[in-house]
Amino acid sequence: MTNPTSSVATTGSPGSRALGLATLLGLVGLLVLAFVLTEPDVRIHPSTGQEIGQFDAVRLLYLHVPMAVITYVAYSLAAFASAGYLIKRTPWWDVTAHAAAEVGTVFCFLVLVTGSIWGRPVWNTWWEWGDVRLMTTLILFLMFVGYLALRRTAADPRVQARRAAVVALVAIVDLPLVNRSVEWWENRTLHQKSTLGELKIEDLTLFTLMIGFLVFLMVFAWLLLHRFRVGWLTLAAGEHQVAAAIKERRAEADGSEVASAVGETS
Amino acid sequence: MKSLLSEAWLVASKDLRIEARSRVLTNQVAPFAVLVLVLFGFALDADQRTLRMFAPGLFWVAVLLCLLLAVQRSSAVESADDAATGLRMAGLAPAAVFLGKSAAILVQLLVLELLLTAGIIVFYGSSVKNLFLWLIAGLVTALAVAATGTLYGALASGLGVRETLLPILLLPVLAPVLIGATRAYDDALGAAAVDGWAWTGLLAMFAVVASTLGALAYGALVED
Amino acid sequence: MLLQGPNGAGKTTLLRLCAGLVRPESGQAQVLGHDLSVDGRAVRRQVAMLGHATGLYEDLSVAENVSFWAQAAGLDKSLAAQRATGALARMGLDERLLSLPVSRLSAGQRRRASLAALAVRRPQLWLLDEPHAGLDQTGRNVVDELISDAVAAGATVLVASHELDRVRSLNPRVVTVAGGLVVKDTGGPK
Repeated sequence: MTNPTSSVATTGSPGSRALGLATLLGLVGLLVLAFVLTEPDVRIHPSTGQEIGQFDAVRLLYLHVPMAVITYVAYSLAAFASAGYLIKRTPWWDVTAHAAAEVGTVFCFLVLVTGSIWGRPVWNTWWEWGDVRLMTTLILFLMFVGYLALRRTAADPRVQARRAAVVALVAIVDLPLVNRSVEWWENRTLHQKSTLGELKIEDLTLFTLMIGFLVFLMVFAWLLLHRFRVGWLTLAAGEHQVAAAIKERRAEADGSEVASAVGETS
Repeated sequence: MKSLLSEAWLVASKDLRIEARSRVLTNQVAPFAVLVLVLFGFALDADQRTLRMFAPGLFWVAVLLCLLLAVQRSSAVESADDAATGLRMAGLAPAAVFLGKSAAILVQLLVLELLLTAGIIVFYGSSVKNLFLWLIAGLVTALAVAATGTLYGALASGLGVRETLLPILLLPVLAPVLIGATRAYDDALGAAAVDGWAWTGLLAMFAVVASTLGALAYGALVED
Repeated sequence: MLLQGPNGAGKTTLLRLCAGLVRPESGQAQVLGHDLSVDGRAVRRQVAMLGHATGLYEDLSVAENVSFWAQAAGLDKSLAAQRATGALARMGLDERLLSLPVSRLSAGQRRRASLAALAVRRPQLWLLDEPHAGLDQTGRNVVDELISDAVAAGATVLVASHELDRVRSLNPRVVTVAGGLVVKDTGGPK
């Protein structure tokens, strides 16, 4: 197993640093757009003439929605890599699956949190039982938390990889449910339908949303890259240990220890 | 096919015979089931009318908690003196072992469901309005959770952390079953106006998928 | 065949490999005509392995255990019952013990019950991992008899043991294992 990076003390590389820098800049840009340059959602009620709307809460749109999309991407990748591992049985697939699942879970958590924060002023509740999208997303999150717990057990890497792959493939069945929940169970969710499809989003809002997708994709890529490298190096370190242990054992193969164990006089 | 079923029968009857001898179900799990109902009663401290509304949900939560114990026990029986290796050495088809162990858990769950139904009748004032639905939904759900439990029992075994890992792996997957079964029992116990049979149909699908998937995946999971 | 060597040499792993329980990571291995890297499972029914654990169900009786394991290996009920009586008698297990749950038996008695359960299958290959360990004199004699009987019946017996004098008296081929490698072999068929 070759070390994919030039230095052993870090998983960084010129490429990843460039990506990181670009990502940071993108994040700054996004935050400026989202929290400063775009307008809050203020509308006039047709009959009463009052100001209604989500006001500043709508700014979470630019975080929550892109992160949700990235969660889909990450978990889909984890499932795909899990299937890939079960077919090919090479460690690359396994490390990819693990990295994607872990990063995806971070995003999923953030989706739930930003969603909750956004929901409080707009729907007047932190959480809504019976909302299909919330429930399916929560279940998805919990299943992958279980996946990560399984990953941290001390087991033979091959055994662990195989079992984790099964867990991921079962969990991914929930993903289309999360996405389609607003369509199939229209009446059982507070969520609006597809943000891009049905709503009329204009100009700067749309642009900021697009920037949001791009920036979070970069964040995902950067995190995935590093998490993959950590996983890869961990695996390599483990193999070094095993190789050293085997070498030590082999060294026992000669000498008096063997002779005395089998009761021979030298 | 015949030998698959006869092998499964062999494993199932072995597990049930062990249960008959050790009486873990009757002495430990059944009292635990009743205890859960009692604890809910204490915690909710509500009048019977309110409890009747929640009874289906509480019933199935109690069943899931008992399932955890049943699966742990099923798994522990094999790892105690490494009988699990013996099963591999004997050349039994892994799918047969899966089906046999699921069947044994299924039987135990059905007994527990009977007990728990008596429990919610006594403690929460519930009544079975639709006996047939109660029976079928109970059977189908038990099948679904027994199969899933056996599969995840294998996933969590041999790692030394089975007791704590199994719940976090198994319960999220069974969350949809919990929802469906509660709705079905809402109908069967007359606690709410829902179409229990539609939900039972979904539960049946889950049961079929879980059993098939389990039978196929079990072999790969128990191998080194 | 006697497998000897210091602790941690890899004797148990070698036995598990021959049992088809562990897949070889590299190289070739064949047991009873089956290629282990392709199909380990096919080997298992013709092999009887006794490891450190007894492989018995504690809550069931000796008789029930033997019956179950025989049927699990593919024997039908009546044949299993027939052979069981003989095997248990040869292992020197008193009839009164047979209906007791295994949990009530001593370690030595359990070991003998395990061997009886395995003997019923009449395997072509026996893999015994330190079969004498923890047994009293009677028990050890019973194990020796089992080994001789098995060999006489045409089976191959691999014994990993530290009871070197005892096993050597049975005139085995001796394979010395150390550091995960075979370092000496007094020779014989592959």
